[in-house]
Amino acid sequence: MDAIQKSLLEQVAELHDVPEGAYNIRANGKSAARNTTATIDIVSKTDKDGIDIIIKPGTKNQSVHIPVVLSESGLHDMVYNDFFIGEDSDVTIVAGCGIHNCGEQNSEHSGIHTFYVGKNARVRYVERHYGEGDGLGENIMNPTTVVEMEEGSYMEMETTQIKGVDSTVRTTNAKLGPKATLIIKEKVMTHGKQLAKSDFTVELDGEDCHTNVISRSVARDQSKQVFLARINGNNRCYGHSECDAIIMDQGVVAAIPEVTANCVDASLVHEAAIGKIAGEQLTKLMTLGLTEQEAEEQIVNGFLK
Amino acid sequence: MLELQHISYDVQQDGDNKGILRDINLTIDERFVAITGPNGGGKSTLAKVIAGIYTPSAGRILLDGEDITELNITQRAQRGVSFAFQQPVRFKGLTVKDLITLASGKNIGVPEACNYLSEVGLCAKDYIDREVDGSLSGGELKRIEIAMIMARGTKLSVFDEPEAGIDLWSFSNLIQVFEHLHERIHGNILIISHQERILNIADRIIVLADGQVQAQGTRDEILPGLLGETGGVCAALSNKVK
Repeated sequence: MDAIQKSLLEQVAELHDVPEGAYNIRANGKSAARNTTATIDIVSKTDKDGIDIIIKPGTKNQSVHIPVVLSESGLHDMVYNDFFIGEDSDVTIVAGCGIHNCGEQNSEHSGIHTFYVGKNARVRYVERHYGEGDGLGENIMNPTTVVEMEEGSYMEMETTQIKGVDSTVRTTNAKLGPKATLIIKEKVMTHGKQLAKSDFTVELDGEDCHTNVISRSVARDQSKQVFLARINGNNRCYGHSECDAIIMDQGVVAAIPEVTANCVDASLVHEAAIGKIAGEQLTKLMTLGLTEQEAEEQIVNGFLK
Repeated sequence: MLELQHISYDVQQDGDNKGILRDINLTIDERFVAITGPNGGGKSTLAKVIAGIYTPSAGRILLDGEDITELNITQRAQRGVSFAFQQPVRFKGLTVKDLITLASGKNIGVPEACNYLSEVGLCAKDYIDREVDGSLSGGELKRIEIAMIMARGTKLSVFDEPEAGIDLWSFSNLIQVFEHLHERIHGNILIISHQERILNIADRIIVLADGQVQAQGTRDEILPGLLGETGGVCAALSNKVK
């Protein structure tokens, strides 16, 4: 890998070198490095681009890194990654995509990640998106995540997009079995003329299952964001979605809730708060000696932390 | 030393000028100075004028002889003015440690941040990583607000009703906080308060009502008049009612 690719890797996976444990690094549409362990196998798909990540039942405290980096302008990369998380396992999966586009053509990465989370398994899934490059070409990412959760399983999904992605549509579809829990934490910051749309659909099918979809976002300049949280309570369950957004300059944020209780024992809540930084917050930090600009940076950084 | 010379602050109300502060002349050079008086008398406005949040309509403000009237909030804070809000501000995402670090102006370690929290009666390990958001009670926020002023350690500290929301059991602790702050910094502490126990420790008490200084003097001169026949209710307010 060259210096640009290594720098992208640091941004999306906080990796300075090849990680420990299982990993698969994809650079410019091809597999660049791979490592498997005794309990985590990574197999290339034969019918299409992508990999199967197979985590054996009972695998505890292990991690899998599957970053993607694109440094060639005009590349349109599409992958299908399937994760089979064995029963009673407890793993962390770090995915992410970094694009460096100095050319005039658009660079695009679209990944479809499907998770099959086994009974009583616990997964922490971290996904970071980052773009850079001063070319005219746009950096485009359209990730899709599909989650199927079996009884008693737990998944925490953290997605972060802070910089440099011109256009993104994130689609997440999840189905929860009995006593399953899905926590989604999304952090987005857009600037310039960027567009970011998040479309979450969670089917609360199993008895006593639970989801919490939390979005914190900042829209600066002329950027636009749409947050759509669709939660269907199909059994005795609890669902909560929350969109908290700061708008700056001419930024626009739309939060669209769609909560449907198809069962009398379903309990669903949606909260949304959108607004500019409160004047009193700026004033308070300025009384501590910060300039208005420093105060604004601290508030935004804290908000997205 | 803080000097207020002919400070006035007007607002527009129904097309007329309303004087919230009217020709205030004060010098704050003692250890503890308390400002008291009825609600709406102009106390909080005066504190905000000192901190630079409000710009006075007329008059000059001098800090250690330097004219700071034209300086903004940040510049005044950097010159050594601290201000504890009556109603502390909540921040989503910023933790207690973040705010204390920002207040101290340097990258302090956890033990130092914990010292400030312990001083205001908060068990440091329970609070240091908490977000300063809606999950904290009003009393907890007030204590964190005071801890920030401790961490700043500037030559002038202004507290706007620091006792509000703090339970009675912690009151003597609050007084100790002011005493420790003075021992450490040797600066001037200006406290807006209605509480007798805080007025009791003041070297000078200023009574502000209708935007004007109605009376000022040592606690022995002012306190009996304030408490006298009114059973603890401010005399200026009592006169107003009469």
